Amino acid sequence: MNAVLTILIGSIFVNNFAMSRFYGICPFLGVSKKLETAFGMGMAVTFVMAIASLVAYLVNQYLLIAFNLEYLQVIAFILVIAVLVQIVEMIIRKISPGLYQALGVYLPLITTNCAVLGVAQLNVTEGYNLVLSVLNGVASALGYTLAICLFAGIRERLSLGNLPKWMEGFPGAMIAAGLMAVAFNGFSGLI
Amino acid sequence: MKKYFKIFMNGIIDENPTFRMVLGMCPTLAITTAASNGIGMGLAVTFVLIFSNLVISLMRKAIPDQIRIPAFIVVIATFVTIVQLIIKAFFPALDESLGVFIPLIVVNCIIFGRAEAFAFKNPPADAAVDGLGMGIGFTLAITLISAIREVFGVGTLFGVQVMPAGFPPMGILIKPAGGFIVLGLTLAAMNCLLPKKA
Repeated sequence: MNAVLTILIGSIFVNNFAMSRFYGICPFLGVSKKLETAFGMGMAVTFVMAIASLVAYLVNQYLLIAFNLEYLQVIAFILVIAVLVQIVEMIIRKISPGLYQALGVYLPLITTNCAVLGVAQLNVTEGYNLVLSVLNGVASALGYTLAICLFAGIRERLSLGNLPKWMEGFPGAMIAAGLMAVAFNGFSGLI
Repeated sequence: MKKYFKIFMNGIIDENPTFRMVLGMCPTLAITTAASNGIGMGLAVTFVLIFSNLVISLMRKAIPDQIRIPAFIVVIATFVTIVQLIIKAFFPALDESLGVFIPLIVVNCIIFGRAEAFAFKNPPADAAVDGLGMGIGFTLAITLISAIREVFGVGTLFGVQVMPAGFPPMGILIKPAGGFIVLGLTLAAMNCLLPKKA
């Protein structure tokens, strides 16, 4: 129970993927101009990260470690993730056109979101078992969703503001993210 | 010769991956707490870029368009694994400080972007030079950012004390928040300094 709670709080707040570990910063900056799209991206990432944690654990345990192929970890994981994203996209398109409409555009982008590969690697280095791996995947993704939604809210307001020309776009957004990271830093004593 | 020089400089100034394209932000923010990390990460990415660009360019007529993304991934992941094993064997300290961000070079969008935008359309020599230019451009940018963070955040540069003894280090700069803020200010400065895009 203690381990579960530590992972939940640790992954959502303390070691937030976007704000403190810097995983998935490209989409964090790229699709955070509007709250709606940010939320869609967050949900898509959560979905893929949960499944990726599960499959990566199985591949690592029963394929790589069993056959002494740990040095192929990176190649194996990234291929698994790429395939997974494709499959998830096809399945969602078949069974839930509504969800596909909502997530569709973001799904292909997720292959190159380092949060997914990051969580797979992290689960291995932390030595989590199957349940904890999936839990860590979901919790980390929820933390990511929280951060990207908050950031999108800030950027929506920021776009209406009167920034100096050289601060417009990425520099301004970066500073805003920095101030957000200061706030997230406040969680650091929790665990 | 002039052509190669132009391709090389393109990666360093006109299309600098960090300052102009704003790509590959994860390592740029995460490992830039010490200047030596910046150089290490930059050179690792440069190595992968040169060889993945070269190989993808050599195979560009053999790879069908529809499956180019998985093909790119395999090529890139292969070279990342090579770099990872080399760093683990010869630079254990660097391996310690870069940690999970070495395998994460696979999903660095600079490498993907160059494969897609340049290597897949150009002959091998051009592609390799493009990889070198982009890699050096990335290395310069990431080293600059990590030098700023190290000098003001710790007071040292490459581990050597450079600030006077009375200088209070600004600890926030080597925290995650400092990464965003230094990068934001550097980007703003580069917007003013670099020649305007044509």
